[in-house]
Amino acid sequence: MSDPKDFVAVVDSDVRKTPRRIAFITKRTSPQVHVKDEERVMTYPEVFFRTAVAIEVLAILLVIISLRWNAPLEGLADPMHTPNPAKAPWYFLGLQELLHYFPPVVAGVLIPGLVVMALIVIPYFNINIEAEGLWLRDKARRLRVFGIVVVLFCIFLAVFDVWVALVPTLIVAAFMLLAAQTPPQTTRGFRGWLASKPLSFWIMTWFLFELVVLTAIGTFFRGPGWSWVWPWRT
Amino acid sequence: MANTIDRLADQVRENRIWRSIFRSGTGESNLHRALTVQQNVFLHLFSVKARKRTLEFSATWYLGALTFGTFLILVITGILLMLYYHPSVPQAYADMKDLQFVVSSGVFLRNLHRWSAHAMVFLVFAHMFKVFYRGAYRPPREFNWVIGVVLLLMTLLLSYTGYLLPWDQLAFWAVTVGSNIASAVPVIGAKMRFLMLGGTAVNANALLRFYVLHCVILPFAAVVLIAIHFWRIRKDGGIYSGESPAEGDAK
Repeated sequence: MSDPKDFVAVVDSDVRKTPRRIAFITKRTSPQVHVKDEERVMTYPEVFFRTAVAIEVLAILLVIISLRWNAPLEGLADPMHTPNPAKAPWYFLGLQELLHYFPPVVAGVLIPGLVVMALIVIPYFNINIEAEGLWLRDKARRLRVFGIVVVLFCIFLAVFDVWVALVPTLIVAAFMLLAAQTPPQTTRGFRGWLASKPLSFWIMTWFLFELVVLTAIGTFFRGPGWSWVWPWRT
Repeated sequence: MANTIDRLADQVRENRIWRSIFRSGTGESNLHRALTVQQNVFLHLFSVKARKRTLEFSATWYLGALTFGTFLILVITGILLMLYYHPSVPQAYADMKDLQFVVSSGVFLRNLHRWSAHAMVFLVFAHMFKVFYRGAYRPPREFNWVIGVVLLLMTLLLSYTGYLLPWDQLAFWAVTVGSNIASAVPVIGAKMRFLMLGGTAVNANALLRFYVLHCVILPFAAVVLIAIHFWRIRKDGGIYSGESPAEGDAK
């Protein structure tokens, strides 16, 4: 408590329940303060019952799927005979698609490593916790930085011919620009919603978009020799 | 009729033997409901009460619960599949054929395990993005988010190690592709791959290692992490309920 400004004063004024009091909450304490009560239900049976119903529905769905479609089973494993293309499980096909463009140390180690690191550190950055709209402050400078980063990144992708990753990047960048062009007083509608979105939202949305696009391309649009195929023509 | 059943159920629950196991006793009161949760070693991972708002479908889409549901299905079907499976070459593949043609409901068992595994991977990702877009990773929940990321990796590893077990062409080459990526790690890559496969190529040793990882080590680690993940929901003040002033009263 060396810094005297390291607290905020909170007044709890629900006099029917508590005497009027002032609490000092330092920045280090979790915000464990009741300002008002919220309606609560008993975990047993309310939460367990709802959860059980949700799991039941999913189980029935999976049973129906399992009765209708058989799990794939190919011939006995044969190290002498490589199928073309040899594909990893679907959730790794985004990475396998990247392997097509970058050396294995980049696509197989560096990129997934960075993704995991980035996911882990999300809650430890105040910028993600305050979650202020990206363009609400310091707009001119942020636009400059944004422009430089996007252009450099797009050049990088173009140099390596990663057009499949370039398209989602450009689409997300376009929406970010749209958010930046929204007048600050707009708080309603789609544009108001866009304008309220923080940097972490944009990065995560871009990541989700890339993940879906790369996985879908690796799964459906890649044939022999990892060449481009149209799934409806095979 | 319903009354008779209720009375019978009450009689069972008031029985001395029953009470020696489940101490919460009978009754409709909130005290008994609270004791049911609090006095059970498994259920006491959860808080006794929950904010009503967090139970709405829109709050979570029940994605975490559904992920756990797929995990339960996978444990049950997985144990049953273990009864018919030998982790050796080429017997593993023959066992797949046995499941198909000899074992009663063998195909269904394998289908359910396989599709549930895919569902679990999908649901874990969906759960992560839902939590992110809700902002539920915010303090004091930051470490539970980290555990969640580790659980995502666990799920991928579980699915990946299980992928090899049928020992068909699909399994063999998918794992070959994956293990080649591991060898791209600088300096220790080749050693890592050797450790993972128990050799320089995907062979019988790799099958055995993946089997042990898939059936013992990874599920055990996942169960421990899931328990911590659930327990921390309670410790961090229940399921995140948005920008609420009544946040975070840990129980």
